[in-house]
Amino acid sequence: MPEVLKAPLIVEFPFTRSLGPVQSAFLTGLRERVVLGVKTTDGRTLVPPVEYDPVTADEIRDLVEVAPTGTVTTWAWNHEPRRGQPLDTPFAWVLVKLDGADTALLHALDAPGPDAVRTGMRIRIRWAAERSGAITDIACFEPYEGVAELTGHSGRFEDMVTGIVAPARLDYVYSPGRAQSGYINALSDQRTVGERCPSCRKVYVPPRGACPTCGVATSEQVEVGPRGTVTTYCIVNIKAKNLDIEVPYVYAHIALDGADLALHGRIGGIPYDEVRMGLRVEPVWTEGGRHPDHYRPTGEPDADYETYKELL
Amino acid sequence: MPPIRDIAVVAFAQTDHRRTSDEVSEVEMLIPVLHDVLDRTGLKTSDIGFTCSGSTDYLAGRAFSFTMALDGVGAWPPISESHVEMDGAWALYEAWTKLLTGEVDTALVYAYGKSSPGSVRDVLTRQLDPYYVAPLWPDSVALAALQAQALIDAGETDEPVLASVAARSRASAAANSHAQLRGSVAQGDYLVRPLRTGDCPPVGDGAAAVILAAGERARELCERPAWIRGIDHRIEAHGLGVRDLTDSPSTRLAAERAGAFERPVDTAELHAPFTSQEVVLRTALRLDESVTVNPSGGALAANPVMAAGLIRIGEAAARIHRGASDRALAHATSGPCLQQNLVAVLEGDAR
Repeated sequence: MPEVLKAPLIVEFPFTRSLGPVQSAFLTGLRERVVLGVKTTDGRTLVPPVEYDPVTADEIRDLVEVAPTGTVTTWAWNHEPRRGQPLDTPFAWVLVKLDGADTALLHALDAPGPDAVRTGMRIRIRWAAERSGAITDIACFEPYEGVAELTGHSGRFEDMVTGIVAPARLDYVYSPGRAQSGYINALSDQRTVGERCPSCRKVYVPPRGACPTCGVATSEQVEVGPRGTVTTYCIVNIKAKNLDIEVPYVYAHIALDGADLALHGRIGGIPYDEVRMGLRVEPVWTEGGRHPDHYRPTGEPDADYETYKELL
Repeated sequence: MPPIRDIAVVAFAQTDHRRTSDEVSEVEMLIPVLHDVLDRTGLKTSDIGFTCSGSTDYLAGRAFSFTMALDGVGAWPPISESHVEMDGAWALYEAWTKLLTGEVDTALVYAYGKSSPGSVRDVLTRQLDPYYVAPLWPDSVALAALQAQALIDAGETDEPVLASVAARSRASAAANSHAQLRGSVAQGDYLVRPLRTGDCPPVGDGAAAVILAAGERARELCERPAWIRGIDHRIEAHGLGVRDLTDSPSTRLAAERAGAFERPVDTAELHAPFTSQEVVLRTALRLDESVTVNPSGGALAANPVMAAGLIRIGEAAARIHRGASDRALAHATSGPCLQQNLVAVLEGDAR
């Protein structure tokens, strides 16, 4: 079996999230070094606060200040911090019940080692030097024996934080598997290959390793094209960001000779308003291109509708 | 309301679970399992009344990744199909409700996960509360470790007991040719203290499938169908610090609603990816020493994310099929620290 392809794939997105009144007050409070909880109808104080009571589902809005000091309710020693975590030196994950709260908050505790951490230990917030209204405004917690005073804050702020941007990033090493690796490897020789279904004999291109009609694995590789027939098309009038193609242009489904499935590509070398169903085309490769840049007319007579109507 | 018709698991198949499978795409990994499960019943894809799958885009790193896997089931001409972004056990729940309606008599349920392309510890952080928790990137092992420490502090377990859970699971898996970790496995160093590598599941790729059938159809397709006597799923409060991590009220309630406490079970397949979670589940499900727990090795022996819960139901059913069990409990979980829990009770006909 030829070597299966692999490539790094990074998926990144800055998720922008709006905050409701309770989360907004809590995160604005962190920016101002004030910790707020929310009172439930039965008198418990939830920190971090939520908008609905997790037990009764009552809507809750009654904000109350709690202390930046508290007690560890459970912990776990993280000797090898991972990307994005609060500290890049070994630390303890903790659930901490702040003084005045009835529930616990998850965060990191900066401590010299696991022997310095225990359930029941007293800790306090270490504030981040720069705060924007996010959970990371708490840089981490640190050991502290005392009980901090409340600021007496009402929970009403000028200039409330109404949203957060939560960047997400995951790193992958993507492998397309056997069938698609074969397809991509062939493209590097400027050939297009599909796979034939052992049951219905149809040739799929690009091959994905399975026949979607028969539900069986495909494996017999078949070279198709290079010429093909436009089965249907559309005219694109909106320029895509980062795409260096003048509009209008034609985007078409092309049934390569010998293929039982049309693939898609751009049509060039002909005015956009002269492209038609049945037009015979061939691929145009650019220097070092990993796939055909576009398809152009071959000059042959148009294909008869009967020859491609099943591939529409 | 009692079920209006009897529904059973009539066949189960799974891949060998492996650390990597980059030579195959998801659908290429899945096809042999789909054929295997169909062969066990003699059904063809065109005979299946309803198809439901479980998987997640976050493992694949691609949107709508499940649509590619659909090629493996023969989705043309059009089939009745659905997908859950969840473990396949929840896809089975959907298929079970579909069969209850009487619209169809058979269902194919499958699930798959390839963890090898990414780092599953980081991937799973993306299912956490996006405001207060996910920005801190607490990985799945760290959250399980918090739960383990809470259990240790409460006197519910200690590290030697956790090690014995790990050892028993991998020893049981020695008889399971599909398992990824089998036989004697070192307990290893701390990954996130108090959890050692031995307390944690292997990271791997795999897939599984089951076929459900109703009433007489089930008897035609399987010599000893595993009848689903009850199935229910429940969820805990979202905030980790709101919950008592040493207990699992949602599992207990799901078990009660599934009828698990009406009569003793002889087998329990528990979806406990971490040793400490088995401690929680045994208590919540009131399992005593008479019950054979995870004879397959459980998730500590093979944990293909999104399929491991469905495999618990499949393993429990397969034990009934071959006469090794008469009444089995299967449990599946999803989310951090046993956030969501599904319990099914399966029975074979009296012998």
